[in-house]
Amino acid sequence: MEFGPIWRAMLKNKAGFVLIALQIAVTMTIMVNAFAIMQERSNAMGRESGLDEANTFTFYSASFKPDMDIRALVEADLDMLRNLPGVRAAMATNSFPLRQGGWSQGLQLEPGTQSTDSVGAAIYFVDEHGVDTFATTIIDGQNFTPNQVSWKDPEDNTWPAYGIITEALAKELFPEEQGSVVGKTVYLGDTDPVNIVGVIDRLQAPWQDWSGIERSLLVPQRRTPEFQRYVVRTEPGYRDELMLQVEELLANSNRDRIVKGMTTIEQVRKMAYLGDSALIKILTFTVALLVIITGLGIVGLASFNVSRRTRQIGIRRALGATKPAIVRYFMVENFIISSLGVIVGAILAIALNIVMVEAFALEPLAWYVIPIAMIALWLVGQAAVAGPARKASNITPAIATRSI
Amino acid sequence: MFRYYLKLGLLSIRANPALSSLMVAAIAIGIGACMTIATVRHVMSDNPIAPKNDVLFHVQVDNWNPDDPYREPNEPPEQITYIDAKVLYEAGRAARQVVSFKSDRVVQPENADTRPFQQNVRATSGEFFAMFDVPFAFGSGWDQSADLAEEHVTVLSADMNEQLFGGADSVGRMLTMNDESYRIVGVLAEWTPVPKFFDVNNNPFEAPEDIYLPFSVAITGEFGSNGNTSCWKPAGDGGYAAFLASECIWIQMWVELENHSQKQEYLQFLDAYVEQQKLIGRFPRPLNNRLSTPAEWLENQDVVDDNVRVLLSLAVLFLLVCLLNTIGLLLAKVMRRSSDISLRRALGASKSALFSQYIIEAGIIGVVGGVFGIGLTWLGLRGIENLYIEYEFIQHLVRMDWSMISLAVALAVISALAAALYPTWRACSISPATTLRIQ
Repeated sequence: MEFGPIWRAMLKNKAGFVLIALQIAVTMTIMVNAFAIMQERSNAMGRESGLDEANTFTFYSASFKPDMDIRALVEADLDMLRNLPGVRAAMATNSFPLRQGGWSQGLQLEPGTQSTDSVGAAIYFVDEHGVDTFATTIIDGQNFTPNQVSWKDPEDNTWPAYGIITEALAKELFPEEQGSVVGKTVYLGDTDPVNIVGVIDRLQAPWQDWSGIERSLLVPQRRTPEFQRYVVRTEPGYRDELMLQVEELLANSNRDRIVKGMTTIEQVRKMAYLGDSALIKILTFTVALLVIITGLGIVGLASFNVSRRTRQIGIRRALGATKPAIVRYFMVENFIISSLGVIVGAILAIALNIVMVEAFALEPLAWYVIPIAMIALWLVGQAAVAGPARKASNITPAIATRSI
Repeated sequence: MFRYYLKLGLLSIRANPALSSLMVAAIAIGIGACMTIATVRHVMSDNPIAPKNDVLFHVQVDNWNPDDPYREPNEPPEQITYIDAKVLYEAGRAARQVVSFKSDRVVQPENADTRPFQQNVRATSGEFFAMFDVPFAFGSGWDQSADLAEEHVTVLSADMNEQLFGGADSVGRMLTMNDESYRIVGVLAEWTPVPKFFDVNNNPFEAPEDIYLPFSVAITGEFGSNGNTSCWKPAGDGGYAAFLASECIWIQMWVELENHSQKQEYLQFLDAYVEQQKLIGRFPRPLNNRLSTPAEWLENQDVVDDNVRVLLSLAVLFLLVCLLNTIGLLLAKVMRRSSDISLRRALGASKSALFSQYIIEAGIIGVVGGVFGIGLTWLGLRGIENLYIEYEFIQHLVRMDWSMISLAVALAVISALAAALYPTWRACSISPATTLRIQ
């Protein structure tokens, strides 16, 4: 290969090549970091909530008459819902995964006020249908029995005595435990013991940005605020028609409350990750645009170089250089520039990533993104230079004999 | 001379349409990307109450857990307890004081055909409207006597008045919420501060509440908070009364203080209050009371989305790529014309004449790129609006204003001139003798 002559020729016009190399370097810096962010976000979006998302919907009921019997209302609603054909399970609860709002509280292994290490967990108030409605599987112990489920007295702040926890929460609470955690006791608040009756495989907390997202606790308690949130899981394929039907039935059941927020969990997921999916789209678009601009820049400069060297190329052709040799010249030249660019780019990309991880609490980038970006930019460079190089190879040797 | 160079510049741009449009496109795209994100950031980091920034203060007192600060390193809680809200409000030590929180009610329209609907409301003491310069279309807010007497009065937003009364002057009419009747005393004009500076708790980028009612009415009516509630120790048994007596924080408090000495006096008053509460066993942490101006508070609460900051840093790099691109292309153009330049130099053109000629040419490219860049910024903002179409408030975040438009043009011209400096310098330093000899 004719590296030597090409390199020495490039040194004659350093500025132009340095500019292209820099442009490739900065392009790579952006590409790598954009890709790292996209990867982080799409991993987050790919986490399973635990719910049967395609077959679950939710709505809420808000009562506004001061002396409403909430307990009777909820029981009547649930009775109606559970007896509808196509409904697999239904319950009234305080929140559900992906909702962005809910109840979290510290769990501790010892009773007492302060200074004990506590583990935060999302709390879902459910009944014996909670496990099935949330589509989770009990992997150890058992579900709540109907007589463990209680109605909370508004004047009483004591916690129920039973709980079902996710596997991730069990690991966090009892990191040393090899056997079953069923039967163990944890404390909610300062003094209220909760006996673990079961462990479920997976159920996310309602906040997708929270680091403890896999830590959830189900407690068998029903509450009587005016505001009740219902979750309904249907048999596959029944969701959409049931939503219409339920809306209709509830609208007519009681004029002293309103039923609203009828929405599918798929829609809830979409809203929860709206920012992330928008960010991914913006970054994809940006990177595509960037590659096009850099590619066009390479095309522009290469064409310029070809036209400036027309005479020299003609002379080389006249002296016996073949067409492929001319093409190769430009390809190798571009390869050298790109290599300089991607090497500087790799350093800049890592530097920027370190700054961004520090400033925005992002995850550090995966090592393999760097070689992938390098190869991608090499290919872009070669593709961009191919056209001008072919044009150069078509310069006739006769040009050498003409003066300009 | 300027007009002549302008003409030459335009001729030269027309002589290389591909190269010139590539340069204009690179600058326009770079400016478009940068300005799209910069506009969103500009809107998000705005201070909508800037005219009163020197006299308004957000109040914080540190009633938190003795073992852990509310937030590292030693930030006092963002909101205050009911106990403190009541005492500080009733003390009336500031020129104006406002305690408020977000809640919700079910509105029951008079017309039986319209179904009741649930609505966010703001329970607030009456000076809210005067303190935050809230504009009224009809009527006014309520005065302190209404707060004291727990009068069922309410103020509606322009939108709510439109929805309920078709935009007519509804002052004096009644509105039923949760089976209780409220007398409408005022209707606001259009008012959407961005960010929602007076309560940044849940989402600083949402519309203000559409219904306002007295704080005292909400407390007696046992309204729950629709915003954040945080407790470092659980509320005792006993329902709402226990909640009111708890160390849970859920109320936002602002005061208006006319000058520095009033501010100092108010801080002293807060310190004295906390010291006195310490005697009865509350406020276990060291004294840590704070008054923040709206600007300080928005900064402290970090309302600008991190995604926007990440994107802005990438967009600035993007503009850098576009500039490098332009520098390379301008350089190529200059080199191609080196024989022209040599000839002109040989015929007596001075370096400064050449310099002005090429800088003007670059300036033209900058201005054209900037104008297209504004167009692309507009498109970019529409794109973002579309990506967030489900988030209604997005329309308030993607608005261009004149300051951003002029910034776009300035940035474009400065970028183009900066990009032109090196190639122009190279052009001016071409030695006429060598270039002409080669010919």
